[in-house]
Amino acid sequence: METLLGIDYPTWWFLVVGALFSGYAILDGFDFGAGAWHLFLKKEQSRRIALNAVGPVWDGNEVWLVIGGGALFAGFPVMYAAFFSSLYIPFMLFLVSIIFRAIAIEFRSKEDGKLWRKTWDICYSVSSIMLAFLLGVVLGNVLQGIAIGEDYLYKGKGFFEFLNPYALMVGLSTLSLFMMHGAIYLILKTEGRLYTRLTVLLKRAVIFFMIAFVITTLYTLFFIPHLSDNFKANPLLFIIPALTFLSIANVPRLASKQKYLKAFIFSSFTISLLLILVAIELYPNLLLSTIDPKYNIDIYNAAASTKAMRTILTIVAIGAPLVLGYTFFVYRTFKGKVRLDETSY
Amino acid sequence: METEILARIQFAFTIAFHYIYPPLSIGLGFLMVIFESIYIRTKNKLYHKLAKFWTKIFALTFGIGVATGIVMEFEFGTNWAVYSRYVGDIFGSALAAEGIFAFALESGFLGVLLFGWNRVKPWVHLVSTIGVFIGSMFSAVWIVVANSWQQTPAGYHIVGEGINVRAEITDFWAMVFNPSSLDRIMHVWLGAILAGTFLVLSVHAYYLLKGRHIEISKKAFKIALLVATIFSMSQLISGHSSADGVAENQPAKLAALEGHFADNEPADMYLFGWVNKEKQKVSGLKIPGGLSFLIYYDFKAPVTGLNAFPEDERPGQVNAVFQFYHIMIIIGMTLIAVTLFGSFMLWRGKLYNKPWLLRIFVFAVFLPQIANQTGWFAAEMGRQPWVVYGLLRTSEAFSQSVTDNQILFSLILFFVVYAILLVLFLYLLNKKIQLGPEDEELSDSRPLTKNISDILTTK
Repeated sequence: METLLGIDYPTWWFLVVGALFSGYAILDGFDFGAGAWHLFLKKEQSRRIALNAVGPVWDGNEVWLVIGGGALFAGFPVMYAAFFSSLYIPFMLFLVSIIFRAIAIEFRSKEDGKLWRKTWDICYSVSSIMLAFLLGVVLGNVLQGIAIGEDYLYKGKGFFEFLNPYALMVGLSTLSLFMMHGAIYLILKTEGRLYTRLTVLLKRAVIFFMIAFVITTLYTLFFIPHLSDNFKANPLLFIIPALTFLSIANVPRLASKQKYLKAFIFSSFTISLLLILVAIELYPNLLLSTIDPKYNIDIYNAAASTKAMRTILTIVAIGAPLVLGYTFFVYRTFKGKVRLDETSY
Repeated sequence: METEILARIQFAFTIAFHYIYPPLSIGLGFLMVIFESIYIRTKNKLYHKLAKFWTKIFALTFGIGVATGIVMEFEFGTNWAVYSRYVGDIFGSALAAEGIFAFALESGFLGVLLFGWNRVKPWVHLVSTIGVFIGSMFSAVWIVVANSWQQTPAGYHIVGEGINVRAEITDFWAMVFNPSSLDRIMHVWLGAILAGTFLVLSVHAYYLLKGRHIEISKKAFKIALLVATIFSMSQLISGHSSADGVAENQPAKLAALEGHFADNEPADMYLFGWVNKEKQKVSGLKIPGGLSFLIYYDFKAPVTGLNAFPEDERPGQVNAVFQFYHIMIIIGMTLIAVTLFGSFMLWRGKLYNKPWLLRIFVFAVFLPQIANQTGWFAAEMGRQPWVVYGLLRTSEAFSQSVTDNQILFSLILFFVVYAILLVLFLYLLNKKIQLGPEDEELSDSRPLTKNISDILTTK
């Protein structure tokens, strides 16, 4: 098999797709999290400020979903096909929630009526919670494996099978993680009483996340032993979970010192470290079969041709710096606390 | 069979709904760039207002376009798993390129376009507007490239067997510039710009009729009419070139477009008609040998007919393909007539006192939309029974593990959500139009400096 810098192309793609999903989780994570808190903010002015904190960036954040999805399709078409057709209903709910969330953000400010705004506030918040939760549920199912049979076909019972205890736990962990992440982001963008209120909410989010995370981790260790195989084979990898724990512990420490920018950086680190953990647990598999390991979808049987992978890798190498460039430009233009003006939501 | 039909209905419904919005965004983007450039050159505040006004409507179309577009990206995987595996090498590349080069550019600059009026210098804002516009144009490029490859595959070879059979890229640029790409990109671009331009014409014609925002509307109408005239005529050339390509690469589709059954005989061109598939007969008004002439410049030249293909390699819905195609053509011709006449009246200085003509422009906004939709329906239904022309059948391409009930569930869900979306869109569009371009005071100074100057002057 052809390699680049000693690493084969499917592994490169595994890294690329992983990096894109991780970028997506960090970016859309904070705006889902901010959305999840929306109904906890009571005053109209607070809600507007919170909404405008994500206003100029949420759309750019979802670009990462589009690119990540495209990269999965391009690099691992077999996985793309099996993954989305198997988890059909969860993904349909995800897509509908994405739409609802987008229109809630867009439409909320277009009318002054109380009922109008209240409706969209609920839509915005509920869809944000749903999205974070569904991402976790999907991830939980990927970690456990699903009933993939021969011909990459899903043979299971469908939607309710995906709502198993473990998936629900990962769902809650993801939601709480994003809520912590989102609260820190909102703190960075606000001032005055709203700021104070958010610092209280952040404390709750940290506790919520810690509990969910500990339970999920213990469950993983005891009941899904196959996920620890790569660590047992290569003990050096234990540095990743160790770093993850440190990174998580660092978030409340920095928050208590009111160093919120650093806390945000560490909650971002936490998200990517958790995804690196997932990647190590799975590699080289992408989707485990609960029917028979011989039906596992891995980075080799799912890969596109080497030629295609090399081509798109070039595309990503050219495109990624551009994307980072104008992402930076947008965040710089809107840096600092939210100011409402006539172009705001 | 049932699953296939449901999957096709869902795809057709979600893509048709999606396709209302991106063309509007592309077209409005084009005019926003023009308005803003004129403002920067002339410093005439009216153009600034125009650019701002249309940016607000653009935000509406763009937002819905993104939301409904994300659905499309994942629907290949959810509903067309076999297809996704088969074309992953090619379609995946195009989709990844779309995301990273085009969509990221649009969305990156969108924030500045919408919220940056008071935060960046005018020329930086113009650059952002151009960035969003170029991004939307390139989105169209990559998506049309992917679709064109399905129509006229190139730059690939087939590998694997059984469940693992699939097309692999051998030549990336041959894939991108497959025989139908360029014609179809042009056709889609022009159609999109017309969709946006006719919305601008419609709204400003409405203002002129109501006697509101007269000065600003005359300026906008003039520019939009000029663009619409040039681009409707270009669309005729582009359409002809596209049809030539279909004749060469997809003869079965061409035959279906004009309901031409008899093989190796001169083909007629219908102005309108009705196809009876059983009797293999078209009744309607025709130019005998017209299609032959259009393609070979000879009324007697033989054209491959549908009968040259086995029953299971012909488009099933010949009459539907015929009707969609002819609706598109009739609208195309109408647009040329309307814009040319409008331009003539403008040149003679009589346009603005002809309410009936302005009224036509108010309603003409639906025409490019209908033409865009019917054009795509003709193109996609004319490709049947293939999903990838000559290689993969639609009946083999859908997800085997998804049940009828699941598709029915998601179809109903989409139907409800999109119905709400459409109502909201029309409501808010109408509201913005009623509010008009002059609802806010003119001020291009930044709020911060403005406050400071207020404080200085009051003291």
